[in-house]
Amino acid sequence: MKIHEYQGKELLKKFGVAVPKGEVAFTVDEAVKIARELGGVVVVKAQIHAGGRGKGGGVKICKTLNEVKDAAGKILGMKLVTHQTGPEGKIVKKLLVEKGSNIARELYLGMTLDRTNSKVTLMASSEGGMEIEKVAAENPEKIFKLAIDPFGGIDSVAVKNIAGKLKLSGGLDEKFCGFVSALYKAYTELDASLAEINPLVVTKEGEVIALDAKINLDDNAFFRHPEFTALLDPDEEDSMELQAKKFDLNYISLNGNIGCMVNGAGLAMATMDIIKLYGGEPANFLDVGGGATKENVAEAFKIILHDPKVKAILINIFGGIVKCDMIAEGIVAAAKEVNIKVPLVVRLQGTNCEIGAGIIKKSGLNIISANGFAEAAKKVVNCIK
Amino acid sequence: MSIWINKNTKVMVQGITGGAGQFHTRACKEYGTNIVAGVTPGKGGQNFEGIPVFNSVAEAKKETGANASMIFVPAKFCYSAIKDAIDAELGIVVCITEGIPTLDMVKIKKYLEGKKTRLIGPNCPGIISPGSCKLGIMPGFIHKEGRIGVISRSGTLTYEAVDQLTKLGLGQSTCIGIGGDPVPGTNFIDCLQAFEADPETDAVVMIGEIGGSAEEDAARFVKANMKKPVVAFIAGQTAPKGKRMGHAGAIISGGHGTAAEKIEALESCGIKVSKSPGDIGETLYARITHR
Repeated sequence: MKIHEYQGKELLKKFGVAVPKGEVAFTVDEAVKIARELGGVVVVKAQIHAGGRGKGGGVKICKTLNEVKDAAGKILGMKLVTHQTGPEGKIVKKLLVEKGSNIARELYLGMTLDRTNSKVTLMASSEGGMEIEKVAAENPEKIFKLAIDPFGGIDSVAVKNIAGKLKLSGGLDEKFCGFVSALYKAYTELDASLAEINPLVVTKEGEVIALDAKINLDDNAFFRHPEFTALLDPDEEDSMELQAKKFDLNYISLNGNIGCMVNGAGLAMATMDIIKLYGGEPANFLDVGGGATKENVAEAFKIILHDPKVKAILINIFGGIVKCDMIAEGIVAAAKEVNIKVPLVVRLQGTNCEIGAGIIKKSGLNIISANGFAEAAKKVVNCIK
Repeated sequence: MSIWINKNTKVMVQGITGGAGQFHTRACKEYGTNIVAGVTPGKGGQNFEGIPVFNSVAEAKKETGANASMIFVPAKFCYSAIKDAIDAELGIVVCITEGIPTLDMVKIKKYLEGKKTRLIGPNCPGIISPGSCKLGIMPGFIHKEGRIGVISRSGTLTYEAVDQLTKLGLGQSTCIGIGGDPVPGTNFIDCLQAFEADPETDAVVMIGEIGGSAEEDAARFVKANMKKPVVAFIAGQTAPKGKRMGHAGAIISGGHGTAAEKIEALESCGIKVSKSPGDIGETLYARITHR
């Protein structure tokens, strides 16, 4: 799960990671109040789950309270478009107001799982403020990496070595090492999946501080951190995706017009792929999961049909544990309840598929049956031609 | 023959008294798997349909001689359940459970180094050697004994591929679902190596998906080390960036892990990639009949 910068910084602070003083504001008045308490130069930052906020006009440095009032007024409610939001942008509903820093240098520091060695890996670079993917592609030698032993923890000699490569000395190297160990402690204790500090700043006063913080949390570990569910910002999530989650459905909306209902994530992706291969465009990814019931099949229909772009639906079920006759009953019941007006192609394979096909035939509903995977895709694409 | 499991595999089920554990213990037993013990801490001394239940993996091994385990315990208990199985030096441990925290698996992966255990999964359908042993949740009846190895990150998509093979008369030596998580106990290369060495496997089907670079690494391995033909399919050609497609590991991040990159890597290493998920069986058939 992605969280906001202000939430990430609040969490990091608890682990001794140095972050600028600041607070979240939901109104202009709150922003001014926070700025007054902080005193001096402050930075007003739009809080959305996307990078590139500065370039899009979502970050302003303010020297006076009037400037704060002006900036907060402009940013709150604006449609912020960045390279990560897509052209539709995001409406800004909250701000982080924090104390300005006297920046001497901007570095990059990140931690995430390296899937090639199954270890949490530290990445540091002197190219702070840049997109790290770009640095990795163009100047990979400028990124210093360190794989972390999950039992032994951070190798402090190796971190010191990286500090040297970043040309940090005269006490700054010690501060960098302290920052790294605090960040790793936060990463592991929060069950993060990404901790990216870009930029990590060296101030003119000789401090090493997180100017920005992008923290992603591992959804699978929420049983250890039940309080994290409160960090979810519904404004940042697709409402239908959230609705689907309540019914143990895995739904992601896409731009096409063929709705899909499939059991299993791999088969669901493959179903989207085959629709595209036959000239159609999938409207969604939807995995009904291994424990599909009549109720969640009905809910899946409602979610698919909520998307006005959907002109036809393909149901592709490979019955393993899930029995096709049970799915067929669910489809028939749901089709009657939801009153589906678009063409519906159903393909049932595996456990009890013949019984399932019989149930669909007997229902008298206008359902197009298919046996093969490719046949099903062709049929549903033909429906919208 | 087959890889890793066969008729002599003696299996214990960790979490045998839970709903999923009970259901799949029955299904595996019906298939012919030799299930000799169950483990549920606190329920030692009971039995499940004649299968004795023990409090610990070590005790179950000592009393029954089990050399493999299938794990159904809830995600929050999996770290210690897997660790117990490794400590008891079981040869094969299959973890079916979905939703284990990544950092738990990072520790498990490190802990496995130098140990005698091969962990398959988590978040996987398991492993089956058709006709002799099934350690997993896959429907047994779609499989057929034969000489094709199948490796996959997916569940139902694997069933689809196996079904296509069986309908073409191509039986399988062993089918392994390595799971959809970012840190799997066993990866493609481990399986490819074992299939290359197995005298009763003639060819391999590899089913990958978006996210990570396991398919690219596997492609290089095939080129450098394998004589047996390998064909592949990659799911997620139409998946959007930055969205987790069901599996925790199936996500295109930082522009990497796309299906296009993977397909290119596989093809450049001489692996035939099926364009359509409906033609996986046909692609293999064509590959082994037109040498």
